[in-house]
Amino acid sequence: MTEMTLLDKSPGNESPIKEILLNLGPQHPSTHGVLRLLLQMEGEKIEALDIIIGYLHRGNEKLAESFTYTQIIPLTDRLDYLCQPSNNLAYCLAVEKLLGIEAPERAQYIRVMMTELSRISGHLLISGALPMDLGAMTTLLYVMREREMIMDLMEMATGARMHSSYVRVGGIREDLPEGFTDRMLEFCRIFRARIVDYETLVDKNRMFLRRTRDIGVISAVDAIDWGLSGPCLRASGVDWDMRRDNPYEIYDRLQFDVIVRENGDCYDRWKCRMDEMRESVKMIEQCLAQMPKQGPVMVDMPQIAFPGDKGKVQASMESLIQQFQLSAYGFKVPAGETYVSIEAPKGELGFYIISDGSEKPFRMKIRAPSFVNLQVLYDLCKGYYLADVIAIVGSLDPVMKEVDK
Amino acid sequence: MPDAALLNILKSTCDRFIVDSFDTTDGFPCLVIERNNIVPLCAQLKRHSDLQFNFLSDICVVDFLPKIPRFEVLYHLYSIPYKYRLRLKCPFTEGQEIPSVTTVWRTANWHEREAYDMYGIVFSDHPDLRRIFMWDEFEGYPQRKDFPLRGYRDEYNPFGEEPDWSEDQDWSH
Repeated sequence: MTEMTLLDKSPGNESPIKEILLNLGPQHPSTHGVLRLLLQMEGEKIEALDIIIGYLHRGNEKLAESFTYTQIIPLTDRLDYLCQPSNNLAYCLAVEKLLGIEAPERAQYIRVMMTELSRISGHLLISGALPMDLGAMTTLLYVMREREMIMDLMEMATGARMHSSYVRVGGIREDLPEGFTDRMLEFCRIFRARIVDYETLVDKNRMFLRRTRDIGVISAVDAIDWGLSGPCLRASGVDWDMRRDNPYEIYDRLQFDVIVRENGDCYDRWKCRMDEMRESVKMIEQCLAQMPKQGPVMVDMPQIAFPGDKGKVQASMESLIQQFQLSAYGFKVPAGETYVSIEAPKGELGFYIISDGSEKPFRMKIRAPSFVNLQVLYDLCKGYYLADVIAIVGSLDPVMKEVDK
Repeated sequence: MPDAALLNILKSTCDRFIVDSFDTTDGFPCLVIERNNIVPLCAQLKRHSDLQFNFLSDICVVDFLPKIPRFEVLYHLYSIPYKYRLRLKCPFTEGQEIPSVTTVWRTANWHEREAYDMYGIVFSDHPDLRRIFMWDEFEGYPQRKDFPLRGYRDEYNPFGEEPDWSEDQDWSH
């Protein structure tokens, strides 16, 4: 299927169109990381292609087998680095299921709020980067402005802009700082208006429309067969969102629409993300309104939860021992296996963990949505022109660090 | 809790394929199957109008060294119309081939290539079984339990473990 064969043409029987074998990447500005595509083209038309990945392979799954359950959280940050709370959440939910615990209510609201905030951040970047790949530079500059606001909010709550490791097993690292709610509400208010701006910038741009509409079309049946999930699948008309269909945390208490579109082309995948950002803003506002104003944000289990309060660690011997034990040895997780998946911005993010009862997982498998979504390129690019490949890759929104695990 | 209806349908339609079944902590059933039954069972699960497991979430291989049988391959299935989840488990020993499910779900292609790359599991009838993350010249299967975490020492990897040549390692497949 993917084997590259250069057709050898016997003399006198040559086609007037030249066969070309072209390497796109690994270093190419519009592959969003180190993705290498080997394209076999007739003229400018794609006949066949091969996808070569693995340039960022870090062996997360192997590494996880030698790390304690707490140490793995930063590893998950580095999967889809645009939306770290989602990765943390999926992993922590899996470990919590093995432990048989649930985070306190306030922590669940904060987790969902942060996940939705990061979903905006991830969708925002690709909805700006896709037009940029097609030559409309302006949008990216504008979306970066709003992304900076999200980064500031992240920094305020978690202390880090990118790799926050905010979600922990049993809750979150610490409660929201003072004044966070107001700034979040202000962001929601500003952002609502700004989405309209982006749409006016791009949605009415004839060049953009010509280069994305009816390009890279995939039907609903094919999309499911290829294992697409998230916005890529919903753009093809499949009404499936795990936040609504298999609700985790407090998603069943939130009111939101699942964005579904029909055509399954590049434009619909882009548009799906734009509309999902609106829904995320709605969800953040609902979280802020419904959230219990006070309460614990971490389970009350000293064998799992860090003491949290620095002063306590310095003042009380027990807390110091607790801190030391957890940092040095971790906590034991009862033997068992579990597969937990959530609706990450890119699609279904699943963690399959087998515990043998020790402090380290026996096996951890990551079901990375970008990895699965990317292989549809085999089918999607055939018959289109070279310039369309750029639009198709961009519209699938692969994050190469997640693809290569 | 696992859906009682799902278990009933599974029992009535696929009973001849199932070796063992049990509920897991995740709240969805798990079926243990024989390796020769994988493809017919998967095809039936996907086709059956009351099940429609049309979405293959994940294929995962686990190495249980030194247990026998050493490996286990797991399939996580999802039914988008009915919102069912299901896990299939198939234990097998080293050297045995697993029939590929790429004919049932095309998405299995990369999942199986990853399993081949990391564990050296050969999937028979796979259209394109190559390494996916590691480079083609790489020797060994890094995620096996007997592969050292830091790899083997060579000119590029001074911190790796000394390869043990006394035991005749079979990298042939």
